[in-house]
Amino acid sequence: MYVAVKGGEAAIDNAHALLAHERRGPEEIAEIAPEQIEHQLALAVDRVMAEGSLYDPALAALAIKQARGDLIEAIFLVRAFRTTLPRFGASKPLDTAAMAIERRISATFKDLPGGQVLGPTFDYTHRLIDFMLAAGVAPPAPAEAPAETSAVPRVTDLLGGEDLIEREAAEAGEPVGDLTREPLDFPADRDLRLQALARGDEGFLLALGYSTQRGFGRTHPFVGEIRFGEVMAEFVPEELGFAVPLGPVALTECQMVNQFHGSAERPPQFTRGYGLVFGQSERKSMSMSLVDRALRTREFGEDVVAPAQDEEFVLSHCDNVQATGFVEHLKLPHYVDFQAELGLVRMMRAEHAATRAEMKEAAE
Amino acid sequence: MTQRDSIRSVGAANAAGASAAPADARPDPAAAGAGIAARQALMAATAMARRDELEAALASLGPVPAASALRAPESGLVMLRGRAGGDGRPFNLGEATVTRAAIRLADGRTGFAYQLGRDAAKARLAAILDGLAQGAERAAVEAALAPIRARIAAEAETKARRVAATRVDFFTMVRGED
Repeated sequence: MYVAVKGGEAAIDNAHALLAHERRGPEEIAEIAPEQIEHQLALAVDRVMAEGSLYDPALAALAIKQARGDLIEAIFLVRAFRTTLPRFGASKPLDTAAMAIERRISATFKDLPGGQVLGPTFDYTHRLIDFMLAAGVAPPAPAEAPAETSAVPRVTDLLGGEDLIEREAAEAGEPVGDLTREPLDFPADRDLRLQALARGDEGFLLALGYSTQRGFGRTHPFVGEIRFGEVMAEFVPEELGFAVPLGPVALTECQMVNQFHGSAERPPQFTRGYGLVFGQSERKSMSMSLVDRALRTREFGEDVVAPAQDEEFVLSHCDNVQATGFVEHLKLPHYVDFQAELGLVRMMRAEHAATRAEMKEAAE
Repeated sequence: MTQRDSIRSVGAANAAGASAAPADARPDPAAAGAGIAARQALMAATAMARRDELEAALASLGPVPAASALRAPESGLVMLRGRAGGDGRPFNLGEATVTRAAIRLADGRTGFAYQLGRDAAKARLAAILDGLAQGAERAAVEAALAPIRARIAAEAETKARRVAATRVDFFTMVRGED
């Protein structure tokens, strides 16, 4: 039974006004503009777009401002916004081979066509706090070198020719699962798993990926390739009948190459895990590819012995908006539930005391 | 006929002809293909342009036929798809905000725009430029977009040159004798 409780409207209004005041902070400090967040806290924006599952840098930046930098709150805002818009349709699959490369590295091949370019990376920095940033010193202009115009094939395409690495199943025109339209059902196919992982919480997937490395569902991973850059999104409107370029979308892709010993049907070949994420997020795309591979147990006849291999566990808990909703609902009024439990505990304690008293009497 | 049906039919006619070809002319598939490629290139440029750049491009054309809304600008979502492994089965990666607009010029030509983002005014400008490029103003529209294309190409070139400077040149350390 629910008992409605009213009251607190004025307190709620005032709490929200106080929140807005605290969000603004001291007036003598300049107010931050969404454009500053978009361009100077770009990786926070990327995370909100990836886990908010909505590519719109300006919107994500505004959500971060509104959420006072609480990224999960910002992701929640973005998810709520997307429910207000109609869907025009689905894009053509993004062609990551045609990416305008801003970073591309391989841990498996030193010399590969297209080469290795580091791009803007925290790798090899010393992780020392840079007090020059507090002083507002302008950085030096980046170095320049003649731009390469040659194609940059995916590493997996290089090994694929010899069948040393598994090939991806070709598209057979089957419908593409969409967990925003149909509730998840288990077992889930890889398209649904990849969708869930792409919008899943970075921290949760990082921990699961880490657990596979530590032995909980080991997959012997190598980073075949990580690439970051822009890909043109294309959409075919019914009324036009040809692919319209929508604009460039920044993506990070990770191709994880994993060991596999073969079976009666398959000669030994490397298997693969895949990560694709909005924006620049190597940690997320690597974690995604580790967990994608760990979840492919049915395909390879592997026993499910670890959390990262358990698709119901992973897919049911990787969404941080769902997770925060259920965890944080605990702080909402549960007065009636708790009163019921309180009454129950009081009754049990009374029974307990009575039983003790009877036993004591019997013993005397 | 609903508005949606009418948009579909005029859009299909435009796509097939790609220019204001007479109705009785037999469509040349090769010419239509080239027309679509040019139209896609124009749409890519207007999608990557800033609103003020499109305003300037349209203003530079001088007097042009008036445009009315065939479909009012509308923001919505397109589900962006990736492929497993980059080349396998498609999956839904996540959505993007997209704004679309459709216009009809006073002389009957139609123009369309679908662009990332939520800028209705910019989508409308892009649709007008698309419509104008379907006829007599094609060369003028292309000329008006040239500075935008040059700006986009220059930025891409600078970015590529900066990225190229972070290319790793490996050298091998020989250890031991022989």
